[in-house]
Amino acid sequence: MPVTARPEAPSDDKRWRIVETRMRRLGNRPDALIEALHSAQEAFGYLDDDALHYVSESLRVPPSKVFGVATFYHHFTLKPHGDHTCVVCTGTACYINGAGEILTSIHARLGVKPRETTADGRLSLLTARCLGACSLAPVVIVDGEVEGRVSPAAFSARLEQL
Amino acid sequence: MSESTPVAQPARVRQRRAVNLPTLEGPARASAYVCEAVSCLSTQSHEVLIGLGEQVADAGFKDVAIKRVGCLGLCAAGPLVQIPESGQLFTHVRPDDLDGIVEALAAVRPGEQLAPQAAFFSGQLRIATENSGRIDPESLDDYVDSGGYEALRSVLASMTPAEVRDEITRSGLRGRGGAGYPTGLKWNTVAKAEGSPRYVICNADEGDPGAFMDRSVLESDPHRVIEGMAIAAYAVGASEGYVYCRAEYPLAVSRLGKAIRAAGRAGYLGASILDTEFDFVVTVRQGAGAFVCGEETALIASIQGGRGTPTPRPPYPAVAGLWHQPTLINNVETFANVAPILRNGGDWYAGIGTATSKGTKVFALAGRVVNTGLIEVPMGTTLRTIVFDIGGGIVDDQPFKAVQTGGPSGGCIPAEFLDMPVDFASLIEVGSFMGSGGMIVMDDTSCMVDVARYFMDFCREESCGKCVPCRVGTTQLYMLLERITQGEASMDDLAQLERLSGMVQRTSLCGLGKGAPNPIFSTLRYFRDEYVAHIVDRVCPAGVCKIEPAPVMA
Repeated sequence: MPVTARPEAPSDDKRWRIVETRMRRLGNRPDALIEALHSAQEAFGYLDDDALHYVSESLRVPPSKVFGVATFYHHFTLKPHGDHTCVVCTGTACYINGAGEILTSIHARLGVKPRETTADGRLSLLTARCLGACSLAPVVIVDGEVEGRVSPAAFSARLEQL
Repeated sequence: MSESTPVAQPARVRQRRAVNLPTLEGPARASAYVCEAVSCLSTQSHEVLIGLGEQVADAGFKDVAIKRVGCLGLCAAGPLVQIPESGQLFTHVRPDDLDGIVEALAAVRPGEQLAPQAAFFSGQLRIATENSGRIDPESLDDYVDSGGYEALRSVLASMTPAEVRDEITRSGLRGRGGAGYPTGLKWNTVAKAEGSPRYVICNADEGDPGAFMDRSVLESDPHRVIEGMAIAAYAVGASEGYVYCRAEYPLAVSRLGKAIRAAGRAGYLGASILDTEFDFVVTVRQGAGAFVCGEETALIASIQGGRGTPTPRPPYPAVAGLWHQPTLINNVETFANVAPILRNGGDWYAGIGTATSKGTKVFALAGRVVNTGLIEVPMGTTLRTIVFDIGGGIVDDQPFKAVQTGGPSGGCIPAEFLDMPVDFASLIEVGSFMGSGGMIVMDDTSCMVDVARYFMDFCREESCGKCVPCRVGTTQLYMLLERITQGEASMDDLAQLERLSGMVQRTSLCGLGKGAPNPIFSTLRYFRDEYVAHIVDRVCPAGVCKIEPAPVMA
């Protein structure tokens, strides 16, 4: 059987090389799908059609399956996030320590609900099912930094200033 | 799960500032252990580490070691610094106020290492977490110096695979992931199954909200888990292993990766391990935010690159698992217990715990309890000891209401069972479940109907959608609970809730659906009056649910 050429990256953006390398290290095998999607999302922040098709061709997995996997897992997102992201943990310990009030307060001040981005594209609000830092409940992650024992009002005021 | 639903965008591991720690001349007279697990890191423990290094260097100490360690356990009081030579524990340490620690280090006289005296520590027995807070999790040398990989070495040198399995069987170890299946039995099933290659999988998809034992073990002592997996692989005849870890735990993934590479370089993993004929490699696979992947058949589907949907058992993974080959799946904490059992013997382990549950259990204490954090106690320790002695009681001395164990498949245990010894059997007897070891303490500010609604919301969202009872049933149950918490339900709705719960429990495909009604059953069993109060009196006794006042009849 003739060896098919490796698919071209969608553009000459250097970040595609990171994705390509990760897939190659895993032998371009179909079971590398989730790892490949992780690396594309880490590189670009979200998964667009180009990324899904590139991964599909590289691993020889049907696009329908790639789309199925990308939409099954909560971690993957097909839409770009805002400039800043705020993740509010809604695990049990955070829940009984007032995670709901944090969400209410952010909604009152910034008008966003979980999984939404503010109209000006500055902030995306997300929720997580337990970050495993229950001792610090309620916990949030702002742009990758974990913060604990958050007070709803002060926190949403600070988010506004980001 | 039908559309793209961005939920958690977990933190990447931030590149932290490099630390210049003072060099020692000869053995250390005194040392400061700085906790660098996630909880303390997020309260600036890395800055504490840097600051202590600088101050100790400035003070000219040549015999003081500053060391990064894994979880010290008392996460509520972080950042934590411990001086093992004096047993002093410094809590809520601020990077700009380190003089007290430096003075204490100056005063230390060399001698025995002491554990901190507080009840939080003295009530514990650490086996799976014995190295947590004692060794540098990113240093292979530190692990080896504390007896690491000795068990693997002696197993490979002097035991047959069958002897290893016998030792594990004799220890009475049961799976720490939740169900408590006897580990020795599982190992024997895999060993006797036909087919090659065989696989060993470590389940680190710790999905129960409120549980963080596995995260802590992986962040504090990753080599321990790798050693356990290698011994297991030898015992069942496997040569390839996977750790399936949640993407929400970036620090655990990063430390595990470093540990695997270091172990490979030192000959503890790879081909011809320790100059024997045993080969074993380990790969880390990250989850992507799906609770159902903690279920073993769904986890296997996910490692194979697919959607994490479960398949009916049998066949069990022990017979036909990853790529339809015999596969051993154990939880992180189970693997963490393997090396000590081989080192000290199965009989030693079997001497700890209760008649049916041997050894210790790691619990994550969280919620409305003073000392939130990570603890390890012998099986059979009472809830009262855990919550009031080790946990330090309820925040603001509020009355204890219940402790929730077992995550979304578990239940709420009321005050009348505080003196019950905790083990696999006793928890099931009172309508709860061991689960992976999360314990969430609740006081009067929690409404039990709302708690049931919270867990059903979780299961509804996390249902993979494959089987109807779970996909539709959890949504219907959620809507009924929503009606009750809004004061709009009738007693018929309550009857319907109970009927439907039974149906979902009996007919769902996997553990997620089968366990989903448990929070309803257990809260109904002990707090039925709260349900009735919402329905008949239209009040929420805990004041959590917002119920509109009833319209006044003219």
